[in-house]
Amino acid sequence: MNFQLLGVNHKTAPVEVREQLAIPDKKLGDALRQLMGVTGVREAMILSTCNRVEVLAHTANGNADLRQFLRGHFGLEPLSYESHLYEYREDEAVRHVFRVACSLDSLVVGEPQILGQVKEAYASARAAGTVQSYLDLLLTRAFAVAKRVRTETAVGSSSVSIASVAVELAERIFGSLQGKQVCLVGAGKMSEIAARHLMAKGAGPIFVANRTYERAQVLAQRFGGSAIRFDELYDHCEQADIVITSTGAPVVIFRREHGERFLTRRRNRPMFFIDIAVPRDVDPEMNKLDGIFIYDIDDLQEAAASHAAARSKEAERAESIIEDEVGRFHARVQSLHVVPTIISLQDYVETIRQAELDRVRGRLGQLSAEQEQALETLTRGIVNKILHTPITRLKSAAAGPEVTTLTDAFKKIFNLQDKDKAEESPSAKAEAGSGSRSR
Amino acid sequence: MANIWLRVALSFYGIGLLYVLVALTRTREILNRIALHAAYLGMIFHFVAIVETVRQSGEISLASLSLAASVLGFLIMVVFLMVYLIYKTTSPGIVVFPVVFLLTFVGLSGMESFVLASSSARTGWLIAHITLIFAGYAALVISFSASLIYLIQEHVLKAKRSTGLLSRLPALQVTDDIGFRSLLIGLPFMTAGLVAGMVIAQARFGQVNFRDPKILLSLLTWAVYLILLYTRWSAGWRGRRAAFLAAGTFALAIVAWAANYFSAVHRLSP
Repeated sequence: MNFQLLGVNHKTAPVEVREQLAIPDKKLGDALRQLMGVTGVREAMILSTCNRVEVLAHTANGNADLRQFLRGHFGLEPLSYESHLYEYREDEAVRHVFRVACSLDSLVVGEPQILGQVKEAYASARAAGTVQSYLDLLLTRAFAVAKRVRTETAVGSSSVSIASVAVELAERIFGSLQGKQVCLVGAGKMSEIAARHLMAKGAGPIFVANRTYERAQVLAQRFGGSAIRFDELYDHCEQADIVITSTGAPVVIFRREHGERFLTRRRNRPMFFIDIAVPRDVDPEMNKLDGIFIYDIDDLQEAAASHAAARSKEAERAESIIEDEVGRFHARVQSLHVVPTIISLQDYVETIRQAELDRVRGRLGQLSAEQEQALETLTRGIVNKILHTPITRLKSAAAGPEVTTLTDAFKKIFNLQDKDKAEESPSAKAEAGSGSRSR
Repeated sequence: MANIWLRVALSFYGIGLLYVLVALTRTREILNRIALHAAYLGMIFHFVAIVETVRQSGEISLASLSLAASVLGFLIMVVFLMVYLIYKTTSPGIVVFPVVFLLTFVGLSGMESFVLASSSARTGWLIAHITLIFAGYAALVISFSASLIYLIQEHVLKAKRSTGLLSRLPALQVTDDIGFRSLLIGLPFMTAGLVAGMVIAQARFGQVNFRDPKILLSLLTWAVYLILLYTRWSAGWRGRRAAFLAAGTFALAIVAWAANYFSAVHRLSP
């Protein structure tokens, strides 16, 4: 199948490492092109979220050096992240992609956002033209599996989201959230959900800051709050008891000295920073200040993970669905391997049929339309009946171990040659292999 | 006459002292108005009393401690009203009223001597003194404990440990509120207790000896208590700093109590 996957996630790497390897949306196109430059990579996709950075590729021989991309793209000392990397190939890679899409690999198992993020990564790769047949097949299947898991199991239905953990923490700091001001810095699905959860507990008013003021206004309107300009952020921020940040900024937005200033201005009343951004928006140093509490994405998820035990049973069911799906996908891709042989065989026989028809037409002279039709039906019927059994055998053997022996035998017997063009496009092959060819 | 005016002024300041207590259940407009009127009226009588005293003695001399205390109290009140006129806030009254009340009382104690004729009257004052002071101490202990709980909770939240018994501690701001409010309640009790103590001392010895270690330490404790309250109120000191200050105040209170053994005026046995 030649699928390869290399990455880090929240389990293997701390946020310090992940933020080094994070690839912002804007740079995704360049990164994908760079990835395609790695020898042997035929198709590529990059998933970069706050919890994971993963490079998925379909390669020529299943043995491309994806680390080469990391070295080239980040220019980092491999030592700093090497031990946090995981690499999966073939079925393992497929399984991993399925598990990620189904939110089984999330720390908060069942949280719904990851599927959207995978879809976005897929769309970006498509836009960059780095996804074609194989990854297309894999990802489309992954989305279907995710849907199946969601409908057939309860994973995600009682999702203890990051948001509710944030609310719980806010309540441990402030008691009642009634009238607690919220400042939303940057936009993002997760931060919006968190804000909504807080407001459901009575928090508010809310004010929104965004790099683009118009976006801030739209968000503010949605929450019934007010928008502030980004450069006014530091003047307004101390009014907020709870600050939710999720910007794509490459450097921290809130540094220790900001925290000190806020505390003075608000007479040391506590402040709660919910930092959902990766790389982080709030300097961890600030957590050392009395009265300032910072929870980054890892902290929140760890807190949420303790609630996750209840879902483990459903997760087990989901895992078995995925196992089943990996098997099916494997068979599907494998079956694609016999398709070139089948096509060659069909072409070969078809050529013979055409040649024989031409020859017989010369002898029979002018035929009526009905006679022509009868001849066509007769020969096609014979060809199809003869080919039916061998093609069926080939297809059913596709997923098995003897597939290569069988295709080789066919090639030898009929003196066939695989058509390279067919190799390129599994979707075309899938069509071709779905039945006998007809004109 | 002067002492009568001063007594009236003291009663009005006493109303201010009550305001401090009531202010705990959130300031309401009516309360602010009452406190302000008490301050105005108190100041008028206070001013008259000072003028009268100066006129009687024929010279403006702050040599006597009582007059100095009285004038200081008056000036603090002037500043309080100026702050109100500029910033429209009566919240400094939390600290101002107890201070002015005590200063005015010291001023009054220089002018007249309290005579506690019957022994039952003496016992009554003594009980009042002990009860009030202990109420003040109790408030201090509560505030200190709240500070400790605050510290623990803060530590737990910072360390990001969310499981176990410690996660069931009350919310940080609730603890903080308890600590601050108990201090607020404690201050008027401390002040009144101190006043009662002075009345008893004066009734017994004719005048209050401010150089006595017991009285000095008591006043010092009271002053630090005031600082504790003030830093919390103005700078919002909480957590570690508040805990240290509360612990310091409590230690001082214990020293002041231990000073009974060195004090000439505070022997428990007659």
